[in-house]
Amino acid sequence: MKIIQAIAQYCMNCRLCEINCMVAHSSSRDIITAFRAERERLTSRVTVEQSGPRTFPVQCRFCQDAPCAVACMTGAITQDPATGWVAHDPDKCVGCWMCVMVCPNGAMARDVGGHVTSKCDLCAALDQPACVAGCPNGALVLAERDEVENA
Amino acid sequence: MRGHRKHLPTSKDISGCAISGIMNEAGERFSGDMIIGSIATMHDRSNGLGGGFAAYGIYPDYKDHYAIHIMYDELADRQSTERLIARYCLLYEDESIPNRPSPVIRMRPFLHRYFVQVRPELLRRHSDLTEDDVIVDMVMEINTKIKGSFVFSSGKNMGVFKGVGYPEDIGEFYRLDEYQGYLWTSHGRFPTNTSGWWGGAHPFSILDWSVVHNGEISSYGINKRYLDNFGYDCSLFTDTEVIAYLFDLLVRKHHLPFEAACMAMAPPFWSQIEHLEPRRAELARTMRTVYAGALLNGPFSVLVGYSGGMVGFNDRTKLRPMVAARQGDMLLVASEETAIREVCPQVDRIWHAVGGVPIIGQLKDPAKVLGQPEAARLARMTRSLAPGAAAA
Amino acid sequence: MAPRLVQPEFSVQRDGERCIACGVCVRQCANQVHSYHPEYEEVRAAAERCVGCHRCAWLCPTGALSIIHTPPTYRHGGHWSSEAISNVYKQADSGGVLLGAMGNSQPVPVYWDHLLLNASQVTNPSIDPLREPMELKTFLGRKPDQVELEMSGPEPSLATTLAPQLELSMPIMFSAMSYGAISYPACKSLAMAARELGTLANSGEGGLHPDFWDFGPSMIVQVASGRFGVTPDYLGAAAAVEIKIGQGAKPGIGGHLPGEKVDDSVSRTRMIPVGSDALSPAPHHDIYSIEDLRQLIYSLKEAVRYRKPISVKIAAVHNVAAIASGIVRAGADIVAIDGYKGGTGAAPAMIRDNVGIPIEFALAAVDDRLRSEGIRNLASVVACGGFRCSADVVKALALGADAVYIGTAALIALGCHMCQQCFTGKCNWGIATQDPYLTRRLNPEIGAQRLYNLLSGWAHEIKEMMGGMGINAVESLRGNRHHLRAWGLSDRELKILGISAVGE
Repeated sequence: MKIIQAIAQYCMNCRLCEINCMVAHSSSRDIITAFRAERERLTSRVTVEQSGPRTFPVQCRFCQDAPCAVACMTGAITQDPATGWVAHDPDKCVGCWMCVMVCPNGAMARDVGGHVTSKCDLCAALDQPACVAGCPNGALVLAERDEVENA
Repeated sequence: MRGHRKHLPTSKDISGCAISGIMNEAGERFSGDMIIGSIATMHDRSNGLGGGFAAYGIYPDYKDHYAIHIMYDELADRQSTERLIARYCLLYEDESIPNRPSPVIRMRPFLHRYFVQVRPELLRRHSDLTEDDVIVDMVMEINTKIKGSFVFSSGKNMGVFKGVGYPEDIGEFYRLDEYQGYLWTSHGRFPTNTSGWWGGAHPFSILDWSVVHNGEISSYGINKRYLDNFGYDCSLFTDTEVIAYLFDLLVRKHHLPFEAACMAMAPPFWSQIEHLEPRRAELARTMRTVYAGALLNGPFSVLVGYSGGMVGFNDRTKLRPMVAARQGDMLLVASEETAIREVCPQVDRIWHAVGGVPIIGQLKDPAKVLGQPEAARLARMTRSLAPGAAAA
Repeated sequence: MAPRLVQPEFSVQRDGERCIACGVCVRQCANQVHSYHPEYEEVRAAAERCVGCHRCAWLCPTGALSIIHTPPTYRHGGHWSSEAISNVYKQADSGGVLLGAMGNSQPVPVYWDHLLLNASQVTNPSIDPLREPMELKTFLGRKPDQVELEMSGPEPSLATTLAPQLELSMPIMFSAMSYGAISYPACKSLAMAARELGTLANSGEGGLHPDFWDFGPSMIVQVASGRFGVTPDYLGAAAAVEIKIGQGAKPGIGGHLPGEKVDDSVSRTRMIPVGSDALSPAPHHDIYSIEDLRQLIYSLKEAVRYRKPISVKIAAVHNVAAIASGIVRAGADIVAIDGYKGGTGAAPAMIRDNVGIPIEFALAAVDDRLRSEGIRNLASVVACGGFRCSADVVKALALGADAVYIGTAALIALGCHMCQQCFTGKCNWGIATQDPYLTRRLNPEIGAQRLYNLLSGWAHEIKEMMGGMGINAVESLRGNRHHLRAWGLSDRELKILGISAVGE
């Protein structure tokens, strides 16, 4: 499957990916409305980590044998063994944060308002993940997971 | 109204045209009737504002003399011109160019011809000059310095006859039916601007080069400046003049065979060069690189006459018409097939010229017609770049 | 801080109804114009720091930002322009030299805009480049007067061997911009695009970063008065070597790369200590006359075993034609002429705006001079200095250039917004900076693609214009001033340019 690859050297810390992620997962899908009316309920599923000039957007890498799926006690996180897709069902999530603890990438976000986990879904409803489509510097790209892991 | 008076143009001449050329490669001479018949067929390709002919082999009695044809606005212009000629040349004979009064030729300059040889002391004094160089210098000086005089022909055993009118009327006027030559070229002009000056008609000629041309050279501006680099002063603002000088430069001065000269002026496209065999590709690449300023762009078909034969060639995309035919020793090249069929109904072979590929007519035994030294020079000029792959 | 007399040049206008306080502008402005105030949940601007680079406006996800040029409205608007007055304030503040970057920004005449191109009607068919061949291939280098053929063999063969030539797919190259003046990704973008396009980029005088040696066949390397990074391998890596004598933006002036821009990588490439100023002397101290130039040209030819053309780049100054003639006679294979409007990373504004002559006249004069001396074929002429579009290029070719260099246009394609603050090292677009926070903003893959797109577009346009003239090979456009006419110029100017007026 294709996952999002972050090319750190071109990440310039504008954090438009975070903003676009929140808008894409808002109910209004309109940036101004989302930030005015829904801000409290929005959690970005991508986070730009920074160390000096180096910045790096982090989101779910859809690991093989995803630890989050193993750790999830309610079955809210499941992995399709055929495709590797890691799905998260907020209705089953109880907000125990075990997935947050075990995620090797720090990609699981806590949706504090809803008291559930929030993770990247590759914007399945869109043509392209909003963070990838909106990155002004090509620092986020879609790539086959095998290629990313071998790179 | 300037009428027929000498008028060197100040802007680019633009015209459409008819051209025709007929040659007997065995050197047999034939009268001017044939070429007049050919060009007259293409009457509608010209508009009565210029016609002319070049004829080779017409002065056998003076074949070692330069035949200088001059048009004078006034008889008074003769004196200064003849003084100038005398500085360069020894005069053997001069006369009015014979003509036949015609109701359609109304205004005309005085037309005179001289048979001359270059003063030997000039050649002794300037060791780097040939007699051809001296004649070129003299022609340039008369044409640019003397107000009412214009040299329109300056080769050996050949002559240019031209004026304002339809070409068939000009041929009649000059009594070309009375001349015998082995090579004739002709031109009917359709200018979009003209002064009515006889010197503006074609062929354009220097030494034994004569050029008739149909087209518009869109590279004219750089061709002119390129020639300027080599000392040619293109004062007539015509494409024809530029083509004539390019032939003179490439063939006479740079000693290139016609095929190479044509390759310089109408080279293959780079995409074609890539597919040539390596040696030929290298030659083409080098020619294009060095002779970039000699590339003739835009539509043209041109016939270049010289003592040894004629060369017909087209622009490399062939945007102007040219048809050629062979019948026995005769080679005929014209803008339209009809101009060939009219004077030579049965032909061995007839074909359309290919863009950029020259059609070369040459005397089979030039030594017999022109003498041994000239024949050796011609042998070099007509060497094929790739034996067995000649165009015609 | 006490108030300064210089007034802000820009106003930062934030649409409160659209601003979502996301902070993109805060994070992107290296000049620290924007700041977030959490207690009010709002972003504010310190307009006096704004240089008008538009980075924030470009990235603002809600389009809430507008940067408005607000030059001070002093009462006197004529002889004492606002800029003149502001400059006096600046110098009275600092006691320093007024610095400028990029090209001259004064409203001086643009002669390209006075030239019009020809097209065919009736007497000559125009050519459609989409359907018929249209050739832009260009060779730069010394050409002999004639081709000689060996006639003694079974068939004629070439007896002439050409001097080394640079083969370009189109007569446009990227002009010299050094690593140090511009960033690593900017250099890489130019090199990648040049290779992809089949043309050349130019290292500038700052040496060649080891990562770029693979691009050598697509690079011209410079030897300038500072001799930065010049080694036999450096000369050997490139397609050609250019001796930089002068630059159109600052004729007669050397270069000064401030030590802050000399980081470890720049230091290694330039072969100077980290943090030291890189000073290029105004003259080459081994060239005080034309015969000295000849020695350097031939030293370089020896160094490259006569396998590469040697170019000499000069600024267009008053007697440029005579100087160019001397350069050709000194043995240069290419002469590059950089006009008055050429760009720079830093130049004293007084020099930039007042020294030199426009490229249009310099080019015409040089081409004429070389032709009148019969030596035009001995060197190719490259024009540079302010080419904005393909029509400018066509006009330069028609005036007599073999090719042009473009610099500013290339940087604009990379995102430059002409704020003219290159010398501050705070280029928000990641171009004219070595700041690791900023250089990462330019992705060379994107940059190279944009440069490729730009020149592909220009090439298409040039072909269309040539086709209109009935020309299908660029050599028939080169020096072909018959296809130019001018309007609004004096007789004297027309004579120097060698072209007729419209209607003639």
